Amino acid sequence: MNELLRAHILKWFEKGKRYDGRKLDEFRLVSVEYGVTKNAEGSARVKIGDTEVIAGVKLAVEKPYPDTPKEGTLMVGAELLPLSSPDFEAGPPNEESIEIARVVDRGIREAKAIDTKKLCIDEGEKAWAVIVDICTINSAGNLLDAAALATSAALRNARFPSYNGKTVDYKKITDNKLPIVRLPVSVTVIKLGDHIFVDPTVEEENVIDARLTVAITESGKICAMQKGGNAPITVDDIDRMIELAAAKAGELSKKL
Amino acid sequence: MGYDKRIDGRRPDELRPIVAKAGVIKRADGSAMFKIGNTVAYAAVYGPRDLFPRFLQDPQRGTLRCRYNMMPFSGAGDRVKPGGSRRSKEISMVTEKALLPVLNLEDFPNAVVDVFIELPQTDAGTRCAGICAAAIALADAGLSMKDLVSSVSVGKVGDMIAIDLDYAEESYEGVDVADIPLAFIPRTGQITLLQMDGLIDRDSLKKALEMGRKACLQIYGIQKKALKDRFASAAAVNGNGNSDGSGDKNE
Repeated sequence: MNELLRAHILKWFEKGKRYDGRKLDEFRLVSVEYGVTKNAEGSARVKIGDTEVIAGVKLAVEKPYPDTPKEGTLMVGAELLPLSSPDFEAGPPNEESIEIARVVDRGIREAKAIDTKKLCIDEGEKAWAVIVDICTINSAGNLLDAAALATSAALRNARFPSYNGKTVDYKKITDNKLPIVRLPVSVTVIKLGDHIFVDPTVEEENVIDARLTVAITESGKICAMQKGGNAPITVDDIDRMIELAAAKAGELSKKL
Repeated sequence: MGYDKRIDGRRPDELRPIVAKAGVIKRADGSAMFKIGNTVAYAAVYGPRDLFPRFLQDPQRGTLRCRYNMMPFSGAGDRVKPGGSRRSKEISMVTEKALLPVLNLEDFPNAVVDVFIELPQTDAGTRCAGICAAAIALADAGLSMKDLVSSVSVGKVGDMIAIDLDYAEESYEGVDVADIPLAFIPRTGQITLLQMDGLIDRDSLKKALEMGRKACLQIYGIQKKALKDRFASAAAVNGNGNSDGSGDKNE
């Protein structure tokens, strides 16, 4: 089944086309919508074609980690909701959802997207914890790039709730934004045969050889990567894949 | 003394604004979004499909499985830890019981229909919104049904009996508050969900149930419209054959 699909997809690639009519380096339509859920301090909905994810930011006051007493913390979670695909099951996070959460987390963390020192309230005692949760609504391929984009958008959308030194009042949201320095976007480049392409559909994801997810900041610096898929890749491949990712990252960050 | 005017200015028998839409999740066999006030519920239906492990299969009739879940950022206040709680387990169960009577389970022996309800934003009445969304989604999936299920909460705040309490009313301090989530099979008037917490006398309960029934009839109209709109647009866009399988064959 997959062999036939793979052959079919490759046949179209020879003509420079995908079987849904796109070019190899072409994303489906990308849209970003801010403030999609009122109880989150920040939120965003990202659609890439039929793929749809929501990311929500909650802000809480917690004790900082002992090794970084002057800094707030960041946590990213992802849930592949069984509502969004016949292939997802209810239950604890699996490999796929943990990979998405960790790759998105690394992009934000290593880009130094948030000035975590500014999240400190009382050294060693109290600091803001930024908790991002990604929930899938419809899974139609390329969840990783959608999740990363939604996370950056939700962080940009977030406002602090008011805090009186003891309790957080989630009903009173201030105008204060998160101390954001720069926001990364992620682009996943797929390798199939000798071809590379972006923004796979579910069918394409099922037959890939390898993939490389590249998180890139607005200024073009690479801040996180993840190679996936079963096939090995060469140094030349990486060079081509990063070049394509960088070009596409520029397009995606314009959507923010 | 107490509560004689609703916080948001509604009449006692007035629902919050409702938006309902069918067919919002493409990968699902049936789906719906149901928004009432600031509570938003998505429901997706998958199946009938094979039920595993096999010993769970019933050769006499199909199985309905419901899962109710709040997204981590959906609640007012603290983050909701992902991964199920006692509360969400119980709500999943009562949701299942609320929907079961309208399904023809004997249509799909050995198989399962999964209903997944997700809440991105909550402001009380979540199980009712979930049930309303799920009923639309089941019909959207083309399952044969005896009717839809419509659901709303009724309550008593102080001396006022009111429908569709929001969170501010549900947690109103200084007076007794009773909260009664209900679900009706609209055409027969039968009740498929009834829970209650708080204090209420029998006369008020009777009155509350009657108000709930009337509200559910209003919701029923909105649910049917969502299904009609869905199939009207599906037929207009691609003229596909989906439009014959809806459970919406009333009137």
